[in-house]
Amino acid sequence: MTKNKNHITPPSLAEKLLLWFLKEELAEEVLGDLDEKFYTTLNKNNLSKAKRNYWFQVINYMRPFAFKFLRSKLFNNTAMVKHNFKVSYRQLLRNKVYSVINIGGLAMGLTVAMLIGLWVQDELSFNKYHKNYNNIYQLLRVNTDPDGIYVNTSLTTAMGTYLKTNYPDMIESASMVRARPQDMVFAYGENKFRQIGLFVEPEIPEMLSLEMIRGTKDGLADLRGVLLSETFSKKLFGDENPMNKLVKLNAEADLIVKGIYRDIPNNSEFENAGYLARMELIVGPDNMNIWSNYNAYVYVQLKDNVNPEPLLSSINEAYLPNFNEYAIESQMKFIMHPMKDWHLRSEWTDGKPSTSQAMSFLWLYGIIGVFVLVLACINFMNLSTARSEKRAKEVGIRKTLGSLRKQLISQFYIESFLCSFLAFILSLGLLTALLPWFNETANKEILAPWSNTSFWILSISFLLLTAILSGSYPAIFLSRFKPIKALRGGLKVGKHASLPRKVLVVFQFTISIALIIATITVSNQIEMAKNLPMGYDTEDLLAISPASPDFVDKRHIIREEILKTGMVTAVGHSNYPVTNDRGWNPGFTWEGMDPTFTNSFNTISISSGYADAVGMKFIMGRNFDENLESDKRAIIINRSAMEAMNLENPVGMMVTYNPRWREARTYEIIGVVEDMIKNSPFERTYLSVMFQDEGYMSWMYIKLNPSVNKAEAIPAIEKVYSSILPEAPFDFTFAEDDYAKKFDAERRVSRLSQFFSILAVLISCLGLYGLTSYVAEQRTKEIGIRKVLGASVINLWKLLSKDFTFLVLIASVISIPLSYQVLDSWLDTYEIRTNLSWWIFTAGALGGLIITLITVSFQSIKAATANPVNSLRSE
Amino acid sequence: MKETKLGDFEETLLLLVGILDKEAYAFKIAEEFESQTQRAVSIGAVHSTLNRLSEKGFLTSEMGEATAERGGRRKRIYSITAHGERVLKESRDFKLSLWNQYPAFATGKLNFIFE
Repeated sequence: MTKNKNHITPPSLAEKLLLWFLKEELAEEVLGDLDEKFYTTLNKNNLSKAKRNYWFQVINYMRPFAFKFLRSKLFNNTAMVKHNFKVSYRQLLRNKVYSVINIGGLAMGLTVAMLIGLWVQDELSFNKYHKNYNNIYQLLRVNTDPDGIYVNTSLTTAMGTYLKTNYPDMIESASMVRARPQDMVFAYGENKFRQIGLFVEPEIPEMLSLEMIRGTKDGLADLRGVLLSETFSKKLFGDENPMNKLVKLNAEADLIVKGIYRDIPNNSEFENAGYLARMELIVGPDNMNIWSNYNAYVYVQLKDNVNPEPLLSSINEAYLPNFNEYAIESQMKFIMHPMKDWHLRSEWTDGKPSTSQAMSFLWLYGIIGVFVLVLACINFMNLSTARSEKRAKEVGIRKTLGSLRKQLISQFYIESFLCSFLAFILSLGLLTALLPWFNETANKEILAPWSNTSFWILSISFLLLTAILSGSYPAIFLSRFKPIKALRGGLKVGKHASLPRKVLVVFQFTISIALIIATITVSNQIEMAKNLPMGYDTEDLLAISPASPDFVDKRHIIREEILKTGMVTAVGHSNYPVTNDRGWNPGFTWEGMDPTFTNSFNTISISSGYADAVGMKFIMGRNFDENLESDKRAIIINRSAMEAMNLENPVGMMVTYNPRWREARTYEIIGVVEDMIKNSPFERTYLSVMFQDEGYMSWMYIKLNPSVNKAEAIPAIEKVYSSILPEAPFDFTFAEDDYAKKFDAERRVSRLSQFFSILAVLISCLGLYGLTSYVAEQRTKEIGIRKVLGASVINLWKLLSKDFTFLVLIASVISIPLSYQVLDSWLDTYEIRTNLSWWIFTAGALGGLIITLITVSFQSIKAATANPVNSLRSE
Repeated sequence: MKETKLGDFEETLLLLVGILDKEAYAFKIAEEFESQTQRAVSIGAVHSTLNRLSEKGFLTSEMGEATAERGGRRKRIYSITAHGERVLKESRDFKLSLWNQYPAFATGKLNFIFE
């Protein structure tokens, strides 16, 4: 064809593409047809249409029949490929045990890696649900207190209001949220539910890009408006349309439902927000611009391309004139904490970001995942290569019959692809089966990644890698044999051929033993904390915080009435729950106090029945007596406080308490109790002071009478309760359960580490089992001859087991210092930690050894007891 | 063994090859298909099917002469084999037998004219 510029021709790029993939012998007719089509279209329509159509036609020629690549030189006829598959399949069937070990082991490894990969992915994608992810910041304050630099999340409302009104050119939107999610009771008709949610400003739904199912994002413009999550609205309203219905908040305020938003996913900072209501409702409309009370979180969404730094320095300056004494004294500064750092980078030491626990776990699990996967792959390669050595004869025969080296290579690769593909399918099944369990254990809501392209690309490329690595040894090494050598059996497998295999076994068992040790340590740590004396007794103890404004006034009547039922032994009130450490105050002075003493005290108020209800243990002195007027100015302290205050005999001592919010008062210490574990059991107990009946006594503790059946006692209490507080739901918890929640995080680590170590051990054992049987098989004749010459079964067992036992011993020697290092630094993150005593390491090593011996013995005893006639006869 | 079933598209193409006779090459067949059925089809799809029909033995083909509008390239002319004709006939007979068993047609309520 002439390439004349005046002459219109089909697009040359499309033509090139066509010629690139099209079979040569089709080129002429196809090009001709397409040319004709092109000029016909050109005559009927215009040039661009003709060109577009030409492209369309070319792309439509991408069909199997027209491709030249599908006739690769390697697979020039399908019969050969089919034959290869058939042979591979028969190999798998003939060595069932090997196939199961090989494929099963790899599948397990893949499953673990996938689970961990999904988990890591979920952790890294935290908060990404919110579309303004990249622009949202939380304003934090840094205070330099006498005992260290602290980063705090709670600010004053005036700081938020100032920020909102003064930087319209940099800030897209800003909102305050009442510090800590609030637990409130919502009532609609007869339905009353306690729910955690947020008290916010109207900008929040837009800022967090909530998906509205009903209503709009500006539903909170109305001070009495409330937005509910989908789940909570279903719970409260059932199938009714909730829009514009009135709900009662804590039996006090009537709110109007202005919208329903889709539940915020589990991997968001705001996941537990079951409702959003106006912050003014609990702070008070007049308190939205004060500089003294630190009760608000401040979130800012910057405009695109705004740098937080200049804004920050401007804020730091602007706030300065409004600082109170404390703020100036502590050199209060502000930082902007970007949303992408909230989940994994939210821990601070001395005002500087430090590696958070979440981040450490991310690394820990990531490393474990990689290790388990590597273990499985090592096995897979190890076994495949070990097996393939047996097939030297097959290679010899194939070569004599005229096989090309290429064909042998493709045969071995096809086999390893088949194995890894089967393992992959199996692991997908395992993943589906394990995901619900994993989600529950890890407290996640991860979905199966079936529609995630990067998951498929990653898994398949990994699969190909494994297949190529494990297939390469037989494919490249074995196919090189001279047929005569291979057939004669003179195949020398060099003296050092088994060295890599030995190294791999050592590596596997190092990891397995380290994981066994870690599992023991983690559960030790939990057990130790669980067995610490709590200082109180949670058994049969009900905790309830009635959601009623009348409760505080009616609490004495309720107590009397509940005691009258005879179902309980004691009822007491407090202003904070016994299972957490809220209430935190400095300002205590006493005679003989060390002037450098700066500690704060955990301060709570209790009623006289409280000590009996929760079972406080008095070391000295006595409990409060309601009837003694003087006890209104009395306190009880705990053992830690007594020791920290350096008092020998504190009962009768006078202590002055000067909180900033009221005048100083002097109290007499009337009793000392054992420390009570109210915060994390892994931290030291705080210095604690208890007052009688001061503050807002919103908690009630009821000790059930142990001689009464719980199923009788609870309905009886509920009856009394509901008759006095009809507006509040009777939603109590068992203090025992509340206490158990303190171990949630550690229990999670424990269960996951158990799971991983069991898998790692299992995978290593599978590998070892495969290897021993391979060795035993190779030495069948040797064993036969030894037996004929009089070796006993024990002798032979020793012969076969000794090598592997030695390897495992080396593994223990390596893994002990390694695991000590890691575990010691993990335990260092706890104030209260278990000891890493020697027996844990011995147990780990011994465990590894016993498992090895059992695994190895299976094969070695089988080989040792076999009849030598059978092994020697065959030649 | 190659499959000898005839699909709907295959049957139409086979008939078109018969109709076009000496002009039966991929581009013309695709044009004819579009004009007869008012449905768009790519030459590639037609070519692929013609290829399959040849593999099944319903068609043979040979290179025809070159023409100027194809830049001097030759075209592949397809023609129906005896086997192809037999299969076409069988397909028609089968459908006719179905039509005959259709009561509405049998009682003459539907008016179709055949051959």
